[in-house]
Amino acid sequence: MRLLKFVLTCLFFYLLLKAPGLFLGKPVPSSLIAMYMFFIVITVLLVMTITDDGAEKLFAPIRSLVEDPSKKLIRNVVFVVVPIVCGYAVYDSGEKKAPPTELRAVHPAPPAIVKAYGKTFDLASIGNPFRKAEKEDPAAFKAFVKEGSEVYFKNCFFCHGDKLDGKGHYAHALELRPLPFTGTDTIAQLQESYLFWRILKGGPGLPREGGPSISAMPAWENELTEDEIWKVILFLYDYTGNTPRSWS
Amino acid sequence: MEHRLNRILPLAALAAIPLLLILPHIFSECHALAAEAAKFAPAPVLSSGDYPKAGGVNPRLFVWMAAQMHLWFAAFVLAVPIFVLLLEVVGVIKKDSRYDKVAYEFLRVSLTAYSITAITGGVLLLGLVVFYPDLMKYLSAIFGSTMLFYALFFFVESAALYVYYYGWKAMPSGGLKWAHIGVGLLLNASGTTLMFIANAWVTFMMTPAGVDIAGVFDGNVWHAVRNHLWGPMNLHRFIANIAYGGSIVAAYAAYRFLGVKDRAEKAHYDWMGYTANLVAIGALLPLPFAGYWLTAEIYAYSQQMGITLMGGLFAWLFIIQAVIIGALFLAANYYLWCGLGRGVNGERYYKYVKYIAFVIAAAFLVWFTPHTLVLTPEEAAALGGQYHPLLGPLGLMPAKNTAVNIMLLFTFLSFLLYRRAHRTPTVKWASKGNAVEAALFTAAIVNIVWLGVYYGYFTNSVYKVASSVPQVATTLFVIVACLVMEYFMHRKAEISELRWGVVPDRSQYALFLIAVSFTWLMGLMGFVRSAIRQHWHVYSVMRDNSPDAFTPTIAYAAKVVSIGTIIFMAMIAFIFWLSHMGQVKGAGDE
Repeated sequence: MRLLKFVLTCLFFYLLLKAPGLFLGKPVPSSLIAMYMFFIVITVLLVMTITDDGAEKLFAPIRSLVEDPSKKLIRNVVFVVVPIVCGYAVYDSGEKKAPPTELRAVHPAPPAIVKAYGKTFDLASIGNPFRKAEKEDPAAFKAFVKEGSEVYFKNCFFCHGDKLDGKGHYAHALELRPLPFTGTDTIAQLQESYLFWRILKGGPGLPREGGPSISAMPAWENELTEDEIWKVILFLYDYTGNTPRSWS
Repeated sequence: MEHRLNRILPLAALAAIPLLLILPHIFSECHALAAEAAKFAPAPVLSSGDYPKAGGVNPRLFVWMAAQMHLWFAAFVLAVPIFVLLLEVVGVIKKDSRYDKVAYEFLRVSLTAYSITAITGGVLLLGLVVFYPDLMKYLSAIFGSTMLFYALFFFVESAALYVYYYGWKAMPSGGLKWAHIGVGLLLNASGTTLMFIANAWVTFMMTPAGVDIAGVFDGNVWHAVRNHLWGPMNLHRFIANIAYGGSIVAAYAAYRFLGVKDRAEKAHYDWMGYTANLVAIGALLPLPFAGYWLTAEIYAYSQQMGITLMGGLFAWLFIIQAVIIGALFLAANYYLWCGLGRGVNGERYYKYVKYIAFVIAAAFLVWFTPHTLVLTPEEAAALGGQYHPLLGPLGLMPAKNTAVNIMLLFTFLSFLLYRRAHRTPTVKWASKGNAVEAALFTAAIVNIVWLGVYYGYFTNSVYKVASSVPQVATTLFVIVACLVMEYFMHRKAEISELRWGVVPDRSQYALFLIAVSFTWLMGLMGFVRSAIRQHWHVYSVMRDNSPDAFTPTIAYAAKVVSIGTIIFMAMIAFIFWLSHMGQVKGAGDE
């Protein structure tokens, strides 16, 4: 009975983790389910074994199956069926011949310096030269943002979308798709200098840790001026209501 | 003789404190003079030919393993005297000889580890001098005076250790006992100073100060010592050492508990394991916050290092770290739950365990949920990217901070229940006191979640990072407030004797797991801390141009650290066995 309770509890949590994939089409990755389930099983096991009595009752059916002479038939059946099921599971997992899983850093570390426009930029210290207008001259700042929006809609929105949600016209043809700038887990996490580098150097400028380099982002240093890049960054933050990461 | 020792030893201990305070000035003076005498050279620009080869030895692996072993043993021998001194003082204050007995027993166990620490330190130095001579030359030019102080404090520590150990039985009570405690203080002060000096060298390599962009030293060694990470690293390692010492002592107690048959001895080791584990978990509680400060400072110093650390290349080692810390919390709680049976009232709390476990497990899962997922191509296509729309927010720091605070609160709740397993309050306001404690917990959880969700996801990053401070303050306030209330509520409580030794053997394996987890964590996170320098000996100042100047894969690093952990734990087990063998022989002789 206690063993059954253990199995049903674990099963319940497993189905819970499968639910987003089954009902919303947004599966929890199998790698994460494996990690979650490992600790869920461990936790349930711990709770059920805090007393000797509890542990004894939990393992009694297994002990009985192995030791009780009257259960010889069931024992033999289990000892044949379990290895076959395990063997089939291994066989089945190998059949798909799927490409390997990937661990790709979406926001890899930027280099310390980048070179463009005949200059060297120290990413640790540079900031957006137009940002100070936000407080000092709001009218000018608004104008910079507007100029940034024009840069965006002439160059970026085809992939990143008119709502900056990563759902532009071309986005569906890309693998992986562009990330949304909206929300709090992309550009809100980053300093403006980081965006400057990513726009400047694009996918080709990703370091190896950002690989497999499957970013379709072009390197914009040959298409946009330095000022245009800084202004489009102003627009990205302004439109999404995010604030660039800073340390003061 | 007693009278003389009484006067000299506390004075010696006190003398060490002002010495520590004037150290920075001494360093400054030394190098002000040195600067006048000679101009410092820039950091050398090396080529692969500047790195000597010796046989088929892989230099990086050799130095890595030697440094790791030295660090583990050093942490052990720094941690144990802190722990031993704490026990000795508690024993004197509580007038309970059990503390004294345990303290002495453990000091004896750690003696062998001192020589191994010195040996591994020697091997490390040898490796550095042989394989990285130019780096050592550059560092020596800056830190030469601190290296001399290192040697001096090493001598002081060794002398204090011998007096402390061999004087234990000769200074058993009264003023002599306090003199002995003074020696223990000197031992700890000198040991901790050694660590602080070594920390300066290590943190200088990560966040160099006192040098210009070419690595030219400004002549003031205090500038180089007091670099960006020195303070956070000192604090983090100091607290971690206490936790580590507690965990190793607890593992020793578990080893002995499982081995002895005699009930009195079993009770003794059960009590020892519990006390040591309490110290370990007590020190573990503030550790995440010290770690958070250290990491925030790394980010503040260099965006590149910060992102490499937690958002990029090494992000998955942080997930492994989260998994191990979570496992550690689960093990600590399991140990407390199993211990409920020691008290006559313990059974009445069994029914709450599953709810506490549920909350801790849920917080644990949030704690290790990665932001960047490992996906199969099908999953990547279904999700459209590397982030999960539902789980993505759980991958960010606000969710982690919220989860860890809740995990700490519920671990504390397990501890409160454990304390009540053998106490029944008799004060009239007991039920009201319980209600206030429940209200405190509820308010704290609401506050922590609100701070995490609102400031973490609906304000800018400055507030997001800052919101972790009130979250921690909330947790600490509840812990302190509840402990004060518990004290007054149980002052005249009906207290039954705890049944030491009456605990399932399974619980002892939780203590082993905690010690191994600590060791493994130190190795993994130590590697990450060091590796975020990437291809620099001294970050942005002195480039590493050796053939090994590449970052190994996570799998390779994890294997090296895991093998190191196995070797270290095997050596610790050998030390335990050796000490036990000596004890048995000693008992026979007596």
